[in-house]
Amino acid sequence: MEGVTLSEAEQRYYCDLFSYCDTESTKKVASNGRVLELFRAAQLPNDVVMQIMELCGATRLGYFGRSQFYIALKLVAVAQSGLPLRVESLNTVKDLPLPRFVVSKNEQESRHTTLYSSDADNPASYSGVIPPPPPGRIQVKKGSVSHDAVQQRTSTDQQESTSPVVSPQQSPPTSPHSWRKHNRHPSGGNNERPVAGSAPFWPPFSEVQPGSSTSSDPIWSGHSPPPHQENWVSFADTPPTSALLAMHPASVQDQTTVRTVASATTANEIRRQSSSYDDPWKITDEQRQYYVNQFKTIQPDLNGFIPGSAAKEFFTKSKLPILELSHIWELSDFDKDGALTLDEFCAAFHLVVARKNGYDLPEKLPESLMPKLIDLEDSTVGEQTGEVGYSGSPAEAPPSKSPSMPSLNQTWPELNQSSEDTAIVHPVPIRMTPSKIHMQEMELKRTGSDHANPTSPLLVKPSDLPEENKMSSSVKFTAGNTVTDGYSSSDSYTSDPEQIGNAVTRQRSHSGTSPDNTAPPPPPPRPHASHSRSSSLDMNRSFSVTPGQQQAGVVAYPPAVPPRPQPSQSAGPHVHRSVDADGLIAHTSTSPQQIPEQPNFADFSQFEAFAVSGVNKEEDDEIETHSEALQVEKPSDSASSLRVAKADGRVEDKAPANVPSSAGKGTTPLAPPPKPIRRRLKSEDELRPEAEEHTQKTGVIAAVLASQPSIPRSVGKDKKAIQASIRRNKETNTVLARLNSELQQQLKDVLEERISLEVQLEQLRPFSHL
Amino acid sequence: SSQALWLVLPQNYPLYIRSVPTENELKFHYTVHTSLDVVDEKISAMGKALVDQRELYLGLLYPTEDYKVYGYVTNSKVKFVMVVDSSNTALRDNEIRSMFRKLHNSYTDIMCNPFYNPGDRIHSRAFDTMVNSMMMQVC
Repeated sequence: MEGVTLSEAEQRYYCDLFSYCDTESTKKVASNGRVLELFRAAQLPNDVVMQIMELCGATRLGYFGRSQFYIALKLVAVAQSGLPLRVESLNTVKDLPLPRFVVSKNEQESRHTTLYSSDADNPASYSGVIPPPPPGRIQVKKGSVSHDAVQQRTSTDQQESTSPVVSPQQSPPTSPHSWRKHNRHPSGGNNERPVAGSAPFWPPFSEVQPGSSTSSDPIWSGHSPPPHQENWVSFADTPPTSALLAMHPASVQDQTTVRTVASATTANEIRRQSSSYDDPWKITDEQRQYYVNQFKTIQPDLNGFIPGSAAKEFFTKSKLPILELSHIWELSDFDKDGALTLDEFCAAFHLVVARKNGYDLPEKLPESLMPKLIDLEDSTVGEQTGEVGYSGSPAEAPPSKSPSMPSLNQTWPELNQSSEDTAIVHPVPIRMTPSKIHMQEMELKRTGSDHANPTSPLLVKPSDLPEENKMSSSVKFTAGNTVTDGYSSSDSYTSDPEQIGNAVTRQRSHSGTSPDNTAPPPPPPRPHASHSRSSSLDMNRSFSVTPGQQQAGVVAYPPAVPPRPQPSQSAGPHVHRSVDADGLIAHTSTSPQQIPEQPNFADFSQFEAFAVSGVNKEEDDEIETHSEALQVEKPSDSASSLRVAKADGRVEDKAPANVPSSAGKGTTPLAPPPKPIRRRLKSEDELRPEAEEHTQKTGVIAAVLASQPSIPRSVGKDKKAIQASIRRNKETNTVLARLNSELQQQLKDVLEERISLEVQLEQLRPFSHL
Repeated sequence: SSQALWLVLPQNYPLYIRSVPTENELKFHYTVHTSLDVVDEKISAMGKALVDQRELYLGLLYPTEDYKVYGYVTNSKVKFVMVVDSSNTALRDNEIRSMFRKLHNSYTDIMCNPFYNPGDRIHSRAFDTMVNSMMMQVC
């Protein structure tokens, strides 16, 4: 068959009809059955129908495929418009009105067609048709459409709904009405029109109802006509399109009399059709609020879950049979996790309310009830094919409290968000792992390098980040420089020891460990992000602090075990940073040019020597610088005070800021692992320019400090200086010791967290592939 | 073609029985009942073997002249027995495995339903739908 081009309205209409006829959801429609009814409804002579069927090829196949069906429908339209049946006419005839199927059973169809033909680009009107079978429902729907009507209906409904409504369900679903569809439907942009279009349907329904209310609840039938009339009246006032109204009443009236008892098929079709454009299961605002409140009574956290047992108890109160509750659960537990999120709970509640009010449960969860991430407005028609629910159930209008049924699209984004969040609960934690791994790697490198050969990592490898190269190189070559020189100039680097240390540490570990370090995800695990805490990084300070940090790092290092979770790593970096900073400082102190190249290693050993041997003249100077650096690094005021005491008048401001930040950093182990790292990266970047500044500054300071090394030589002057430096160093020692203990504690905490997470992972693993 | 699907509890108590077409159901009942012995045999044979997804699938239990019977057991020792026509040669082992996997997933979903008491007959519509579609595929 040649292809058929359909307009949008045609497309929708045909799709609806196809799904209506496609009772078995097999995507093909048997030649008999509903298709036959449909074609008969087209009020075409039988031979024309046969001709159509031949043309579309169904007779050959014995069934209508989707394309054949569409072609057939189009041919019906062609025939109805009086044009000769030709295959060519399929595509050549433009502005073909939609096929009209006029039969009592197909009232809705005809209405739809009339609507379509009159308002071809407003499919919403098409969806305005409401399943006649449950007149009560329809009435309810109508009421929902118009505010006044709803209220009226609500009052009447409430009067009669005492029995069917379970106590907890105060806000029955007014939503399961096709009216919502109108509002929802984006087409035409004119919601009023569909509403208007649907209005005319009311009277026929109300008229029909008395006649066909055999299956409907007597209560409803009794109540329905008056409110309907009112509804209709009020409704009629609003619609702007009088033309539609005029047309509809006429067509509707005709069919009213012809209308037989609502057939399940048409009801189904309408439901289906309606569901395709508008969802009768939509939850009104009031209802939703009610559901949310109920949710809160069980689970105060709106983002949390209701466990299955609690939900079971709650819904058992509705006195529905367990089997139905089980089915409702199946429908509403979207992610099949045995717990209900807010969205799922609302959907379940909505279904329970609907069931209590006589609506049959759908086979599949209606789209509007799904906790979707995306607001699907155009649901496929075929979705509701399995629904048998609406028809046959006693027509009861759920006592709707909601005065209006506006489109609740805005609620869906919220739902979607929450559902999205809840649905994505599980994957969230995964994010930590890579950064953690990175941190671990870095930690490993750092620890390994520090332990084994502090200089080697520095020397081994250029850091991944070009910016770091400078730092790392500076760090690397520290070893070559004399420590004393470095130390002397380290005084100037009291500021931000931590930051620099972090940066340096990162670089060291980075370079030292392996190429892999650089390869993996750049942002988080970059060792460059040495010190994220300090917002402002003073490279000079960091450098100057390096020696002191190095010492601290040395102290803290031995306890560190290689695979460190990030927190510990974050703690570690601090140590490292300090170490690196020390080293850097040492560099800078030694010589401006050499500063960037001095590996911490040299300072390291010097520090160790210092710590071991005691006070040396040279070491004193170093100690001074180190202590300054260390103190700067430590989250203590002594460092700042020491720094202040420094004659160099380095930029100490940053140091205290850095120190607390570094402390803070260590204490936020797993919170946002990438963030600290990134900050460290940033800080590292900042560090680099600062480092440059530092180097320059160092140069200046080095010159100043250069005089100091000479101090030991001149005993007389040095004594006081030495004593002062001894004092400072001692203070620095204590501060560093405190820092060390704190970091150790952090390390332990982080390790414990890691172990607990691993245990959880192990517990979850068996279910991973089920 | 015809086939049947049974879900049976560890105590060999049926949870779910489905046959397509519905005639000759008695023959299916008999076939499945006897095949349960074979399933038990295989389970006990596995013994200490790791209960792995792959090993959950017991494979062709035994072929009769007309039918092939496949077995699958879950971690909780719930047995799935599937009987298919021997004439259905298009069915491959992988397909059977995937069918069992789907069944297992659906069964898990049912278990998640708090309204379902383990040991009850399974009345879930979703499960029925899934089984129907699966059996349609095979036929």
